[in-house]
Amino acid sequence: MPAVQETVDRVRRIDVDQYRYGFETLIESDKAPKGLSEDTVRFISAKKNEPAWMLEWRLEAFRRWLTMTEPTWARVDYPKIDYQDLYYYAAPKPKKQVASLDEIDPEILKTYEKLGIPLREVAVLEGVVSPDGEAAPERSRIAVDAVFDSVSVATTFKAELKKAGVIFMPISEAIREHPELVKKYLGSVVPTSDNFFATLNSAVFSDGSFVYVPEGVRCPMELSTYFRINERNTGQFERTLIIADKGSYVSYLEGCTAPQRDENQLHAAVVELVALDDAEIKYSTVQNWYPGNSEGKGGIYNFVTKRGDCRGRNSKISWTQVETGSAITWKYPSCILRGDNSRGEFYSIAISNGFQQVDSGTKMLHLGKNTTSRIISKGIAAGRSQNTYRGLVTAHRKATGARNFTACDSLLIGDKCGAHTVPYIEAKNASATFEHEATTSKISEDVLFYCVQRGLSQEEAVGLVVNGFVKDVLQQLPMEFAVEAQKLISISLEGSVG
Amino acid sequence: MMALLEVKDLQVRVEDREILHGLTLTVNQGEVHAIMGPNGSGKSTLSHVIAGKPGYEVTGGEILFKGEDLLAMAPDERAAKGVFLAFQYPVEIAGVATMNFLRTALNAQRKARGESEFSTPDFLRKVREVAKSLNIPQDMLKRGVNVGFSGGEKKRNEILQMALFEPSLCILDEMDSGLDIDALRIAADGVNALRSPERAMVVITHYQRLLNYIVPDFVHVMSRGRVVKSGDKELALALEASGYAQFEDAA
Amino acid sequence: MSNLFAAARDRLPGKGKVADTRQQAFEAFERAGLPHRRIEEWKYTDLRALMREVKGLAPRPDTTALARAKAALARLAIRDAARLVLVDGIFVPEFSDLAGLEAGVSVQALREVLEDAGSQAAADLLTVSATDAMISLNAAMATDGVVVGIADGAALARPLHIVHVATAGSASSFTRSQFTVGKGARATLVESFVAADGARAYQANDALVITVGDGAELSQVRLVADADDAINITSQILSVGAKAKLNLVNMTSGGAVSRLQGFITLAGQGSELAVNGVNLLKGTQHGDTTLVVDHAVPNCTSREVFRAVVDDRAHSVFQGRIIVRPDAQKTDGKMMTRALLLSDEAEADNKPELEIFADDVSCGHGATSGALDDDLLFYLRARGLPEKAAQALLIQAFVGEAIEAIADDGLREAVMAAAENWLEARV
Repeated sequence: MPAVQETVDRVRRIDVDQYRYGFETLIESDKAPKGLSEDTVRFISAKKNEPAWMLEWRLEAFRRWLTMTEPTWARVDYPKIDYQDLYYYAAPKPKKQVASLDEIDPEILKTYEKLGIPLREVAVLEGVVSPDGEAAPERSRIAVDAVFDSVSVATTFKAELKKAGVIFMPISEAIREHPELVKKYLGSVVPTSDNFFATLNSAVFSDGSFVYVPEGVRCPMELSTYFRINERNTGQFERTLIIADKGSYVSYLEGCTAPQRDENQLHAAVVELVALDDAEIKYSTVQNWYPGNSEGKGGIYNFVTKRGDCRGRNSKISWTQVETGSAITWKYPSCILRGDNSRGEFYSIAISNGFQQVDSGTKMLHLGKNTTSRIISKGIAAGRSQNTYRGLVTAHRKATGARNFTACDSLLIGDKCGAHTVPYIEAKNASATFEHEATTSKISEDVLFYCVQRGLSQEEAVGLVVNGFVKDVLQQLPMEFAVEAQKLISISLEGSVG
Repeated sequence: MMALLEVKDLQVRVEDREILHGLTLTVNQGEVHAIMGPNGSGKSTLSHVIAGKPGYEVTGGEILFKGEDLLAMAPDERAAKGVFLAFQYPVEIAGVATMNFLRTALNAQRKARGESEFSTPDFLRKVREVAKSLNIPQDMLKRGVNVGFSGGEKKRNEILQMALFEPSLCILDEMDSGLDIDALRIAADGVNALRSPERAMVVITHYQRLLNYIVPDFVHVMSRGRVVKSGDKELALALEASGYAQFEDAA
Repeated sequence: MSNLFAAARDRLPGKGKVADTRQQAFEAFERAGLPHRRIEEWKYTDLRALMREVKGLAPRPDTTALARAKAALARLAIRDAARLVLVDGIFVPEFSDLAGLEAGVSVQALREVLEDAGSQAAADLLTVSATDAMISLNAAMATDGVVVGIADGAALARPLHIVHVATAGSASSFTRSQFTVGKGARATLVESFVAADGARAYQANDALVITVGDGAELSQVRLVADADDAINITSQILSVGAKAKLNLVNMTSGGAVSRLQGFITLAGQGSELAVNGVNLLKGTQHGDTTLVVDHAVPNCTSREVFRAVVDDRAHSVFQGRIIVRPDAQKTDGKMMTRALLLSDEAEADNKPELEIFADDVSCGHGATSGALDDDLLFYLRARGLPEKAAQALLIQAFVGEAIEAIADDGLREAVMAAAENWLEARV
């Protein structure tokens, strides 16, 4: 198992309680005044040179938000957020208009280099070893859109994608360049009134990625976005919209990091996916926001609304997530299975350590006939963390022949943490077939002893067992992500065994 | 005299695929017919359609049983008329004791035929007698239908039902699958004991082996949804020697 | 709603502390109001929609009512048990088998206990740890019930059978009982909810507090067979002591709306809990079983199996939560819910929850929902069973697995017969 060994080596190199991505980039930034008002919304819209309709859309969301209250049903506990004490917009201050990658602030580029993000079109994946020990296929190519605080700073491979007809650009650009597409689809999956955090996002989102894959096109490479929060007291509100037109396919990767800080930072993103007839979207996330320190101080509050709409017949949306970061995670990537024969998938690894609190899961809403869904969730709680799976599977009266399979397993490491499972299973017609199973257990002492007797350290043994526990989900990730995720998993569990 | 079973130009679809493309077969009382053929030739489909399993669409042809339109009948009506299918994979029914199941089924058939129900002592005597001849322990009859039964026990349970219900047509679907030679011999002896001038049998099998124990009067070779050759038991032996490949093209 | 309490007040037994407790309980109910779908625990059983209002207290049963109740009692299938009968929320000694009680069994009417003393001890009979609007309402309005004690070490030969008979129309009854099983004792408790002829649209609200002492064994069987248009809300608060066993079987086949909410605490090490729930629902019936199993101490075992057979436009709800407290190591908790939907308009909602704070545990749950297995149905039909008969046999087997958990032969047969009646009415 070379990959496991690599993980173990990596763990050894890093001191316990060191967040690898917790460096801060010192650059000038251009911020909106602190606090949230109609003026803030207008400021953001003006900064983005947005058309009037977009400003109206935002203002409507803002007015709606004023009437809403923060949800309390999740099993997360945090001090009240003062929404007036945050910055809602921070952009790296451009010295001049950015025309090419070379003109981007070298400090930012260095940041991404430290993160290991292939911003420049180079083979960053050389030497990567897959979990099976095989070498990576020659030069996997990934197009990257990098979002720094609230602003997209660079998008790569634009020209090649354009040739295939794929639109991949910051959403701020798409609003100006493809208003007809944005108008048609923005808010069509997550309406502006959806929930407190999504509504807030609708009012103040500053950037994010936009993808449109035209009819019949198989996107020639993986698309990827890296989000990084840098500024102090800054909320990050990115908005992603992906549309896969009839018969198209796209795989999209999302990575997140944030610097180490004592105060909590707010992140409230919205992701909307639309799959038309026979289209497929695969959306993978490795979330590694700063989780706070070993006393539970600092860390990102991650309140995210992700939803995919299988709008067309035979469409498919697959969510895969590896959640290891954030102080608070509130996230339920969901699928609306509207088209007949459509399929939704949710594969999740959620790891919590220290004082992290995770409340995550999915919703599978079966509306069309013969729709299928599959949920595989692996929760691992260590330290003093609380880790909750919350999921809804429902088949409506007309969703005849709907099928769901759910397996959610939890692993507890140590006796100060909690692992919880809250599934809602609603069958509203006889031809819907649901199967759900859940288990909670600890790592078997016998297995640990066996490994230790064969010469592994306690920590290596845990790494081995955990990697086995999450294997089904890791296999769903594109290979280069799987390797990264596997490392992250071991790093986040560091210090969890005694 | 009227044939017991007449399958005429039968065409059957499953979802969008046609499995049987005009199959014809006539079985008279007292005859034992073997149907052989490679995997996917449509043998099991034929047995399912005769028994009335849902999910098959008959797009052409007809099946007459004792001169009546079998396809118009529900599966339980067919059973009451005397059609018995010994399943290739008998299902397990947890919570329904075998004894209770046997009595419920037998009385349902008798009731449908307008006959009186069996009295409990008569029923028990009859079951014990048959069970003994098939080497089926009493304790098996108390357990859930086929629950925890070995492959051989499941097949013996099928034959037990055959003996009890006294059907006029028995269709044995791949009775030899999953059985070792000893289990096969017991099962075959059970079947042979039930051969009679009133009863016909259709033995579906991939291998000639079973036909050493249950010797057929007629052998039909199926390929790609049709009967491509018919003969006597010598045909089975010839097949054993030369294989099915010669018929693949003939179809 | 204040009228409800004010109008009933003169008929509610107990002065002093008891009256104060009732007052506080009613205020708590008024603050919350009837539970609705935004209250997480009542998400699938919205009483504001299903019940709309709490009806006035049923009148004290008169001679005619008692005669109708007597006729209903004569129809009960369970005979070999010592009966304790409550009619429209009032304990009726003359229908009860007080003379035939075995040694070590004590029975008092709740009304007597409350009236005798307005003391704190009496008031405590109306107080439980669980907070729920319907339990508060019960505490405020309880007219009667039975307070049963089984002495330490007593091993009862006959089951005790608490029978709730409704005779009134468009009225409410509120009963509260206490059942205490002494250390090392063994007992069987049966509860039945039945309607007398002509009892229509009544509402029953029952609360039962059960304590199973260390090393004791209690087998509990509930049969809810209320009138078609009745509402039954029952709350049970159970505590199981060290090395004690509780075996609960609940079968709901009656009532327009019914809910059993059980709060079970495994309070002593080495205790074992087995719960088997069955909902047999048709028409527009709504049946809800909500159980919270709290593993408060280490080394306890819990097994819960919920089965629902849902026909027509009926709605079955199962919510089960297993809680494992931080110190409750070596907990073994498993839960299974299985819903069988017989009609395209039937609905089954399941919420099996795990809430786990200790690491050395083995916990899990499973849930399935679907129609009868087509392969099994075909096999049976190929053996000559008509469609409905084949369905009935499979349903019977499905339900039978739950009923098998009843050790007492006579009782098990009586419960199976009740299930078969339901099935026959369907065919």
